[in-house]
Amino acid sequence: MTHKGKDVMALIKQNMVQAINAALSQELERDPDVVIIGEDVGRDGGVFRVSEGLLDRFGPKRVIDTPLAELGIVGAAVGMASYGLRPVVEIQFMGFIYAALEQVFSHASRMRSRSRGAFTCPLVIRTPYGIGIKAPELHSESSEALFCHMPGLKVVMPSSPYNAKGLLASAIRDDDPVLFLEPSRLYRAIKADVPDEPYTLPIGKAEIFQEGKDLTIVAWGAMLHKAAEAAEGLDAEIIDLLTLKPYDEETILNSIKKTGRLVIVEEATRIGGLGAEISAFAAEEAIGYLAAPIVRCAGPEAVVPMARLEDEFRPSTERIRKAYERVMAY
Amino acid sequence: MKRAVRHQAQTEIEKAVLVKMYTSMLRIRLFEERIAALYPEQEMQCPVHLCIGQEAIAAGVCMRLEEKDYVFSNHRGHGHCLAKGSAMAPLFAEFYGRKTGCSRGKGGSMHVIDVKNGILGTSAIVGGGIPMGVGAALASRIRGDGRVTVIFFGDGASEEGVFYESFNFAALKRLPVVFVCENNFYATNSPQAARQASCRISSAAAAFDAHGVCIDGNDVTAVYEAAGAAIANARDGGEPSLIEAITYRWKGHVGPNADFENGCRPKDELFDWLDRCPIRTFKARLLECGAMTDEEMSETATIIDKEIDTAVAFAKASPFPGASDLLSDVYAGQNHAMD
Ligand SMILES: Cc1ncc(C[n+]2csc(CCOP(=O)(O)OP(=O)(O)O)c2C)c(N)n1
Ligand SMILES: [Mg+2]
Repeated sequence: MTHKGKDVMALIKQNMVQAINAALSQELERDPDVVIIGEDVGRDGGVFRVSEGLLDRFGPKRVIDTPLAELGIVGAAVGMASYGLRPVVEIQFMGFIYAALEQVFSHASRMRSRSRGAFTCPLVIRTPYGIGIKAPELHSESSEALFCHMPGLKVVMPSSPYNAKGLLASAIRDDDPVLFLEPSRLYRAIKADVPDEPYTLPIGKAEIFQEGKDLTIVAWGAMLHKAAEAAEGLDAEIIDLLTLKPYDEETILNSIKKTGRLVIVEEATRIGGLGAEISAFAAEEAIGYLAAPIVRCAGPEAVVPMARLEDEFRPSTERIRKAYERVMAY
Repeated sequence: MKRAVRHQAQTEIEKAVLVKMYTSMLRIRLFEERIAALYPEQEMQCPVHLCIGQEAIAAGVCMRLEEKDYVFSNHRGHGHCLAKGSAMAPLFAEFYGRKTGCSRGKGGSMHVIDVKNGILGTSAIVGGGIPMGVGAALASRIRGDGRVTVIFFGDGASEEGVFYESFNFAALKRLPVVFVCENNFYATNSPQAARQASCRISSAAAAFDAHGVCIDGNDVTAVYEAAGAAIANARDGGEPSLIEAITYRWKGHVGPNADFENGCRPKDELFDWLDRCPIRTFKARLLECGAMTDEEMSETATIIDKEIDTAVAFAKASPFPGASDLLSDVYAGQNHAMD
């Protein structure tokens, strides 16, 4: 049987929660150094039930419930990783990672450099990001750009059950710290074919979600699906970035060379966002190929509000469509 | 060290105070129960963390506060606001996401604020309010305005490092602040013993040479006494203290339903605590000592129900914020544009 061009033994229909759970379970099985650690990850199975059943299967040495203390949890995981383990931390929502930033920015990301390569920090921090559960503010953050800015840290963001499973396995096996941002909106929204056996997908590689000739669209995470919806009827090439840091320059460049037009769609606020980085990169490397100015369609300079205003915050299909039309009409 | 701990025998509590505390608790209970009743309509589009079962702590503490005093609250904050004297309408309007809400309909239940009433804003971040409360106390010390700050937080919040940092700072500077830990034994579904090496949170105070006390948080008079001493010490001596009030939340961590059905907590445990209902037990005591009659109590309930009816009607009739409201209050002056 083949799936996405690979031979596979068996396919099962899974949502993203199940696919991530499978990746965690298979990595725990494969490597005794892998441990899961976080608030409510064990007995309770996690806020979104991502680690359900793992405590029963692997025991409290491998699946560790912690006190309610993000800085302490991430710091302990940095110590475990420096020791040689491969901790996978769960932070309940992206907005709560701010309490742990000191350990992420000042230590995890710098361990390789600080030890002059003697050891690394093979740590994964998983956290749900973005608008998705109808809770305002810190339960709906998309602050990926902050983390992309920090040297030494990798940032990965899946968009489907299939790539969530493969990328998480790679993140766990990666020797550097990886922030793994899970779109809470997609956790249970899509059920799709996922290979039952363990597999990895390369970090640093984007996927062409849809091929096209007229326009390059770059998006990631939950916005990929909105960006694709808005592109209906256009001959657009849609790039699913998947790894936000280090992002896949080559795939972006090749596509721009083909289409001559670029729109970046992001949920996060525009100023200083990842879209700003990608558009600067495109301008530096491919300005000669561009037939129109680059356009970013992004969230506004605001705090994520209550549910009723969410659709005003997150770029709507209509707003995205307008951005495409602007570039196409130029 | 000047410590003016004056323990009052509960019979000495004036009748008017007893009545006020009963009313305050009932106001919180009926408010929260109304949320639970209306929530299934799905018009309140925000998570709600209800404090049913824990009313005595907010009521007993806030009874000792003056209007000018400050309260820092948390995600389970409706009771704190109400006990401090917040009106119901801006709260309900907030839950309903209306422009007339206390946070202009953008923040929901976890972001209650009532500046005039001394509640400077709350957030979802567990422990987030603790250092801010210390800062407010430091500011009032600098200003010399005689204000006391009370910080409400949960047993879970006491695990965040910032709690210890803040308590040390307050103890070191002898700030006019009272830390009130509402120990309901759970942080979401996780029991205290699975999270804490020592489950006596108030004993942490001793490590900072400060006053800590553990009380029955379901006994409003015990809360009133402990808070009276702590607030008096804070106000005139500048001596912070830590009150650990033992209690239990009746509903699930979030939302309007009990949580034993889905196995979050044992049913027996909840039923034991239902027997220790802070309002029912206090009611019996009031009737027994003649502070209130049955008729007066039902009259109180009727008045509160009307207050709630009016607040809900106001909320439901209020306009929603629009796209341009999304962009307001981010900076002073001009808002950024959408595109
Ligand atoms: C920094 C942070 N970490 C985790 C959470 C998720 N969370 C919300 S409430 C809560 C439990 C808080 O427990 P406690 O402080 O005891 O308050 P209670 O809910 O029992 O009133 C948790 C873990 C959060 N909101 N903020
Ligand atoms: Mg608690």
